Order: sequence, then structure tokens, then C-alpha cells
Amino acid sequence: MNWTTKPLRALLVTALLSLPAMAVAPQGPAPGFRLETLDGKSVALEDLKGQVVMINFWASWCGPCRQEMPLLDKLYAKYKPMGFTLLGVNVEPDPKLATGFLEKTPVTFPILLDKDSSVSKLYQVAGMPSTVIVDRKGNLRWVHKGYKPGDENAYLDQIRALIREQ
Amino acid sequence: MARLRGKLHRLAAGALLLAAPAMAPAGVLPEDRADILYHRYSGGGITVEGPSVLVRKSVGDSFSVSANYYVDAITSASVDVVVSGASEYKEEREQKSVSVDYLRGKSTWTASYMESSENDYDASTWSVGVSQDMFGDLTTISLGYSQGKDRIGDSTDPAFSGEVERRNYRVGLTQILSRNALVSLNFETVTEQGFLQSPYRSMRYRTITDTWVLAPEVFPNTRTSNAASVRLKHYLPWRAAAEGHYRFYGDTWGLRAHTAGIGYTHPLPGGKWTLSGSYRFYKQNSADFFSDLFPYEDAQNFMARDKETSALTGHTVGLGASYEFQLPFAPWIKRGTANLHISRMMIDYKEFRDLRGLPPGTVPPGSEPLYSLDATITQLFFSFWF
Amino acid sequence: MLLASLAAVAVAGCGPIEPWVKPYERERLADPIMVLDPDPVSSAYLDHVYEVREGARGATGGAGGGCGCN
Repeated sequence: MNWTTKPLRALLVTALLSLPAMAVAPQGPAPGFRLETLDGKSVALEDLKGQVVMINFWASWCGPCRQEMPLLDKLYAKYKPMGFTLLGVNVEPDPKLATGFLEKTPVTFPILLDKDSSVSKLYQVAGMPSTVIVDRKGNLRWVHKGYKPGDENAYLDQIRALIREQ
Repeated sequence: MARLRGKLHRLAAGALLLAAPAMAPAGVLPEDRADILYHRYSGGGITVEGPSVLVRKSVGDSFSVSANYYVDAITSASVDVVVSGASEYKEEREQKSVSVDYLRGKSTWTASYMESSENDYDASTWSVGVSQDMFGDLTTISLGYSQGKDRIGDSTDPAFSGEVERRNYRVGLTQILSRNALVSLNFETVTEQGFLQSPYRSMRYRTITDTWVLAPEVFPNTRTSNAASVRLKHYLPWRAAAEGHYRFYGDTWGLRAHTAGIGYTHPLPGGKWTLSGSYRFYKQNSADFFSDLFPYEDAQNFMARDKETSALTGHTVGLGASYEFQLPFAPWIKRGTANLHISRMMIDYKEFRDLRGLPPGTVPPGSEPLYSLDATITQLFFSFWF
Repeated sequence: MLLASLAAVAVAGCGPIEPWVKPYERERLADPIMVLDPDPVSSAYLDHVYEVREGARGATGGAGGGCGCN
């Protein structure tokens, strides 16, 4: 790489790094996984094929994650009858921290425990929170890094569009 | 009637709270909060007490504004006041500041304004700063600039007026070292010009009859300083935090200073009480133009006997307790804390002598005991997050 | 922005270094006891007391750490 392209590449990296929380549209199948829920059941991503799946990576210590939870609950309640499900993947090693938060701010969607961060690594979680939307065929369609009030509008549009795909 | 002055106000303009913008971690706005502090400094014949109230509120998703009101109510019969022949005086300094933070992506831009006034000193400072998260949010770089102007009066001489213009340049880097530790490096340059001394203090020189007499100090009218500091904070496995810091300082007056400190924070099981302790060491040598006793009149171009420019060593020990509570009758307040911090500051002056009760002629000049002071600093404050 | 570019150029020149603390590994750094300046009103007051009593000033600030969210 000669001396002009290196700085240009660096500037491009800088430009991308400094963009606000944005949605990226990747391609390909969503990596499969199986995790335990808070109630002790077991959930695998494969079993949910045929539904639109939103996977939200969150932690009790993350302010924007806590802010987002009630809004995600509304999305879940509204679109569940239309073949949509939401998995709240908690990334903390101690499940008591998740239950502590949920006691004050309960949600109705399933909470999965990624105690050893294997699924976070699998999905290359690059920011907290991260929200990933998988279509009915099991393909990764949208990745959102971070949460700012107003992002839920983008979620709404994307979920509706994916629900219509049969 | 000469009085103790200079320092309190000069530094009011310098680095107080929002004059040096409280840098928010970029990526999220600072939390909404209100703090009400009662502060009291008592030692060396001086008592300074008063409130400091801060309110911070986010506006929309991108802005956070804050305002601070601070008062120093001073009663002073310090060594400088007594030696000058003045009687104890009382006065009040009032300081107000506002700041705005703007969050855009991983950058936070801050602008703030501070002004303070008392009967013979007015100061105002504008500051701007930016803080940027990068490298997976492991690194935060910040830059800051402040510009201030002070107007100095002399309550004993209505015809006197002085001015100071000041600029501060700040660069900082905070780096996450591991899951448990972070380090913060800061560098600050301050340049000022104008009337940089107190109109009320004096130096002394030896007379031909081997006593001494007070005379006006003469300070340079410029001062440039550089300070570099490092701070490390480490999480301890039993859920506690330990902190250490060091700062090196040097300026064009020949002052060199080392500051070092450690701190420890320990939340007690139960989630309500947190205890903390700290120790701070400070050592400076004297300014080039400082002398407790000049050999004769007009011995040098610049002459100072201001004890804050003397060689000195200070030790400060602090203890704090904090209690967290909820207010069920006010659910919009997420949580609150009640806090009490008490510090004991002990300063030994290595070249400044205590002339109280020893007027010229009583003892050979220069044989008076070196001065030292002990002060107790009390802070009682309530913080609310909403 | 200039500093960010300089930092990025420096990093790009060394080859890709991955952030060694992942966003989901920041629970301890996000703990309130790890905040660099938890009581700004108190620390500003103490800085003021020290500046009045001492000759040195400056380099007392610091921003960063925390949850690294968004």
C-alpha cells in the first residue's frame, strides 16, 4: 500500500468509526446458537425459522439498553401474533443482575443468558446494546449498534417489511 | 487596612467546576442530576463556608445543560491579615456558571461560561471543549480551551485597578487498560498576563538597623505554567475501587511541584453505604523571586513574600461516607445519596516565617519560627439522579 | 476530528489491533464506583481549595471510561 492510500484508508476508517449508531444491512445466514432462558428452558435459533426474529444484546449496567427495554416489549406485544419474536440476550456472567433489573422493569419477551459471551462473540457484538433482525428464512438482515431514542421507528419499518415477506 | 486577598479570586477565575468544562464520556450524555453541597474550610485563622448547587438536565437526545451557583463566605484573620496590622474581615464571593454539552455520535462538544464577583475582584471565563471516543470505546481523547479575564480592585485604594488575561489549553487521553482498569493522562498549559499579585500582601526586607520593614511586592506580569498528570483507577475483586494519581507542575516563575495521591472506595454489602478514604501529598519549591526576608530595599526586580509561592509541603487525609436512598413519594427521582466528607490538610511552609506577635525589633529578623497551618475541610452534600 | 484521524493513521500503520475489552465485557468499568469523577461538585470544590493554598494548577480533569455504550 503506497503512502497516499494508507492515510486515505485511515481517514475512511475514522469516518466510519465516528458515524452515529447506524443500521448495517449484511447478508448471509444468522449464526445458530442455543441458550438457556431465565426460567431454565432452552431456546435454539434454528427452532424459530419461519418467524421474524429480533435478537437484542443487553446488560443491566448499560443505560441505553435499559432505556430500550420497554419499547422492545411494546414491539413484541404488537407483532408477536404476526409471526415475530424477540430474544433478549443478557451478556452478564451473573443472572442475578438481569433478574434484579427485570423485577423493576418487567418484560414479556424471552430473556436468554449468554453467561460466557459465546453468542456475543459469535455475532461480533461491537456496541451495547446491539440489535440484530433475522428474517423468516434465517438470514441476517439488519444490525443496529447502539440505541438512541427514535431508533425504534427504524425497527418498526424493518420488522413490518420482513413480516410481509413470506 | 491591608487584607488577605489575591488567591481566592484569582483561582476562582482559573479552574472552578464549569470553567474547566466537566468532560462527559462521549457516546452518552452525562446523567441528569442535582447536587446540593455545604462546604466549610477552617484553618490558619480563616473560615470559608457556603453552598454549591448544581443542576444538570438533558434537553432532547443531544443536549445536556447544567448550571452551578457557588458562594464563599469568608471570615479571615489569617497570618497575612494579622501581620499586616489589619483586623479580621468578612466578605463574600459569589460564582455562577452554565454549560452546554452537545452529543453527536461518539463526540461530545462542551461550551461553558463562568463569572464570579466579590467587592474587589470580578472574574469571567469562557471555555470550549470536545471529547471523542474511539478504538472500540477504549480510548477517549479530549481537548479544551478557556479564556478568562479578571478585574482587580483594592478596597483600600479606589484609584487602583488591575486586569488579568488568562488562557488555558488542555489535552487529555483516557485509556481502558483491561476489564478492571483505566488510566487517564492530562496535560494543561496556562498562560496569564496582567496584575498577578495580591494588592494586599507585602514582602519584607532587612533594614540597616537590623530590623525589618514591610514593602510592596513586585511580581512579574506574565506567568506560563505546564502541568502533566496521570491517574489510574482499578477495580478490586471484592467490589471496591482503588485509585492513584501523580501530577508534575512547572512554571516560568521557577515553581516546581509534585502532587501524588491515593484513594479507596468500598461499598458495604447491602447496597446502601459506601466508605471512602484518600491521602494526598503535595510538595513545591519556592518561586525564583520569593524570599521571606530580602537583604535590603529593592534587592531584586521581582520580589514576593506570598506564602503560596514559598517552598511548602502539604499532606491531606480524607474520609467519606455515602448513603444511598430512594424517595418513594417522588418516583421521578431514580435515587439519591447523602454524603459526608471530612479532610484534614496540614501544610508546612519551608521558607515562610510566622511573624505574628513578633514585630520588628523583638527577635533577630529571619529567626522567627517557620509557619504551618492545619485546616479541616468539611463537605456535606446530597445528590439526586432523575 | 484531526486527532481522530491522526490516531487512526497511527493505528492503521501498525496493522489491525482489536479492542481488547469487548463492549459486552465492560460490567466492571460501568460500575458507578469506577467512574473517574463521581461527585463533580465535590471534586471541583476540593480542586479550588488546593489551588488557593498551593502554587500549582491544572491537569486535574479526565473524561472517559464507563459503559462505552452507543
